[in-house]
Amino acid sequence: MARTPRPVVPLASRRGWLARGLAAAGSLALSGCAQISNSDRVSSILDWETTWTKLAQRLVLSRRAIAPQYSENDISKEPRSNGTTDPDTDAYNALAANGFKDWRLQVGGLVERPMSLSLDDIRRLPSRSQITRHDCVEGWSYVAQWKGARLAALLAAAGLKPSARYIVFYCADTLEITLDGTGQYYESIDLVDAMRPQTILAYEMNGQTLPIPYGAPLRLRLPLQLGYKMAKYIMRIDAVESFRDISRGHGGFWEDRGYAWYAGI
Amino acid sequence: MDAGPPGQERSSEPRVRLGERVLRDGRLAVYRHPLIVRLWHWLNALCLFVLLVSGLQILNAHPALYWGSSSDFTNPWLHFGGGDSPPFPSWITLPPWQDLAAGRHWHLFFAWIFAASGLTYAIYAIASRRVRRELCPRRGELRHLGRSFADHLRLKFPEGEAARHYNPLQKLSYLVVIFGLLPLMVLTGLTMSPAMDARFHFLPLMFGGRQSARTVHFLTACTIAAFFVIHLLALLAAGPIREMRAILTGWFVIGRRKGES
Repeated sequence: MARTPRPVVPLASRRGWLARGLAAAGSLALSGCAQISNSDRVSSILDWETTWTKLAQRLVLSRRAIAPQYSENDISKEPRSNGTTDPDTDAYNALAANGFKDWRLQVGGLVERPMSLSLDDIRRLPSRSQITRHDCVEGWSYVAQWKGARLAALLAAAGLKPSARYIVFYCADTLEITLDGTGQYYESIDLVDAMRPQTILAYEMNGQTLPIPYGAPLRLRLPLQLGYKMAKYIMRIDAVESFRDISRGHGGFWEDRGYAWYAGI
Repeated sequence: MDAGPPGQERSSEPRVRLGERVLRDGRLAVYRHPLIVRLWHWLNALCLFVLLVSGLQILNAHPALYWGSSSDFTNPWLHFGGGDSPPFPSWITLPPWQDLAAGRHWHLFFAWIFAASGLTYAIYAIASRRVRRELCPRRGELRHLGRSFADHLRLKFPEGEAARHYNPLQKLSYLVVIFGLLPLMVLTGLTMSPAMDARFHFLPLMFGGRQSARTVHFLTACTIAAFFVIHLLALLAAGPIREMRAILTGWFVIGRRKGES
């Protein structure tokens, strides 16, 4: 049996390895970040963050938790509207032209009594007025007063079926032009957030009818989460068991584009 | 070798204690950083790096800072950049291109690791009395703070027996960073969470509003970045190989080589 000689790595070669290693490390540092953050595997690991955050926040928050409420003096002189500031479709413009008198909110999905409600019907539901903060995912905030029907009251009137787990809001605005219609704005929340005391379908802002840039005639207010959860221009509300087969399947327009479904931070 | 007068130089030569090793060149290897401290140091360094670059990615989404509860869009306290392009360039953000959603995932993922490992370290350091033994300045030590500061500026670092322990300036800066700035990052970060504000109403009150907390978050990050630069300069001045060996293996070499006067 022939003995294979033990390889002896000469010093020069070792230096070569070192140089190559350093060069590799350098280029890794430069291009590595780009490659790492482009990898699906890495982004699916990073997504665990949203699970931990939701678990932890649900653990410490009671179902009756109330976001800080402010005084009238705190109301911002310059609020800001983000995303769509006017849906500007023929159908929406027609509704807006006569003060949304012909607008109807469709309530359906996994409910005992599907409903079609006018703005006046919604105004007759148990309501709540609150001065709360609006926190955008971009980092800015403003404080405003909102009044609206409690979502819990509306869902009680419709009667949720036992299999209902999420409430989906379909909106009148298209934020991105797509061929398959997945650019239509929509959002979803679960029943814990839907039943919170401050979760309202707002038709009034700062004492006036909800203006178009802020989601007329009806928008969601859920001050325990970030702005993109609070769907504007709501046309239809569905109770569903899962949102996997809605649009691109992540539970909302921004969620379909990488943002966290749970937006408590 | 000369016997020399029994002056300060001689008395500061380290004496060997149990568990310490005398190197062949006469210097003394002291076990200075236990494994948990070294692990936390490097994990924390990684976290702070990712948090900084992903934090700048997030700041790029709205590069303005305010004080109070809400944003005064026409009069921000601080505004970065001028035009429409993001002010923080791609080489210092994660991901390098503009992507707020991904930046937030990076940031919050590493924020969890940062907070969990920091808490583990803090519990260990307090329970093992390491904070009291190694980090809290001894009585009278603070009086030498001025001299310690001047020595640092002249790049003169304690040698010999005195090098067994952190010097007063080191102790104070580590204490401020570990038990001041790092927890402040977590608290201001949590204050930006609308859900956490609903659970802990004192959070926004403590910092004077969510936007103030966001501004303090940024300023504290800048202070930590400045600490990092000074930390690196000190490493280079005090001997990078010796210091790196200490924080990698735990063994810190003190004293003089044989034949050095």
